[in-house]
Amino acid sequence: MPSLKDLRNRIASVKATQKITKAMQMVAAAKLRRAQNAAEAARPYAELMDKVLASLASKIGDGSPAPALLAGTGRDNVHLLVVCTAERGLCGAFNSSIARLARDAAISLAGQGKTVKILCVGKKGNDLLRRQFERQIIEVVDLRGVRSLGFDNADAIGRKIVSMFEAGEFDVCTLFFSRFRSVIAQIPTAQQLIPLALGGAANGAAPQAVYDYEPDEEEILATLLPRNISIQVLRALLENAASEQGARMSAMDNASRNAGEMIKKQTMKYNRSRQAMITKELIEIISGAEAL
Amino acid sequence: MAAFHFELVSPEKLVFSGDVDSVVVAGVEGEFTVLKDHAPLMSTLKPGVVEISAAPATKLRYFVRGGFADVAPGGFTILAERAIPLDEFDATRLAADVKDAEEDVADAKSDEARRLATEKRDQLLELKAALKI
Repeated sequence: MPSLKDLRNRIASVKATQKITKAMQMVAAAKLRRAQNAAEAARPYAELMDKVLASLASKIGDGSPAPALLAGTGRDNVHLLVVCTAERGLCGAFNSSIARLARDAAISLAGQGKTVKILCVGKKGNDLLRRQFERQIIEVVDLRGVRSLGFDNADAIGRKIVSMFEAGEFDVCTLFFSRFRSVIAQIPTAQQLIPLALGGAANGAAPQAVYDYEPDEEEILATLLPRNISIQVLRALLENAASEQGARMSAMDNASRNAGEMIKKQTMKYNRSRQAMITKELIEIISGAEAL
Repeated sequence: MAAFHFELVSPEKLVFSGDVDSVVVAGVEGEFTVLKDHAPLMSTLKPGVVEISAAPATKLRYFVRGGFADVAPGGFTILAERAIPLDEFDATRLAADVKDAEEDVADAKSDEARRLATEKRDQLLELKAALKI
């Protein structure tokens, strides 16, 4: 049975924790709004890029061979997994669910006899995967110092991926990140980057007017494809940032609520034992007086 | 002049969207002006200035790099890695920025820092060249 002082201390410490989690929740809510706006602002560019690439790719299909970034190398022996996670914890299952998806993919690929290489973006992914895949992790990109994610950050990663591809270090590249559905729902997603998986847009596109190309289609496609990779990375990073804040917000909301419950329970216990002590003292006094 | 829809989009945001009379852009194979009912055209762009003329005699100038123009029947779209309004620049500030960047290149300690600094300086020089037009 803890003493009254112990109980008082415990209540005070839970209250302090609750203050911290509440503050974190509010910070996450403010950051979430910003991250969400950034993710939405990036959408038109990515959508237009998809449209343009789809229409270019449909034209280039016949005759000349498609560029390797679009069609792949024709092999799928070496897979590169780009795992985007957060830099910080305390955001519920956010990091671990992305890492789990990547881990499952890596294990099943390894089971098929493929070589797996992993590029971690964000410290947490590295922490979670390091133990199991120490030799497969080839690089860790650290974004801790970055205050606001911009195209530059994504471009650096995109260029790294492209230069590795051109050096023939892998055949297939997949991007792992968390898609932002809502504050309470973030969906870990795997997206294939190389060879490019063009959505249904290519088939569904209405027959278009005859375009002039300056320079010709192949050259445009050759400049657009590496850029598209950077754009996809940027989109993944922005979606991830929004998801992270959403996950942190709901995790901290839960934590504050739990702390509140704990305070209630402990306070009840404290009051009970205080009352019991008073009653005990009274009984002692009364029975002492009666004995006289 | 008849107006048509024009959008300037960068990865970070929609920079400009609205009805305009004409847009002058610097394509890799030469500068061209887009008016209403321009033939469909796709072109990559040189780093340079995009000049937008909208209805009541307003002109907007943006510095664009890493750009790509898509003239479609429905409107004209530029996708650009970077689009900076030119009002934010003047000659003296730009000269100071270039000088800073050059000093950064000289001081850079690691290869990575030097690469970043060099990139920044090159961008500023491109911008300076574009402004001299």
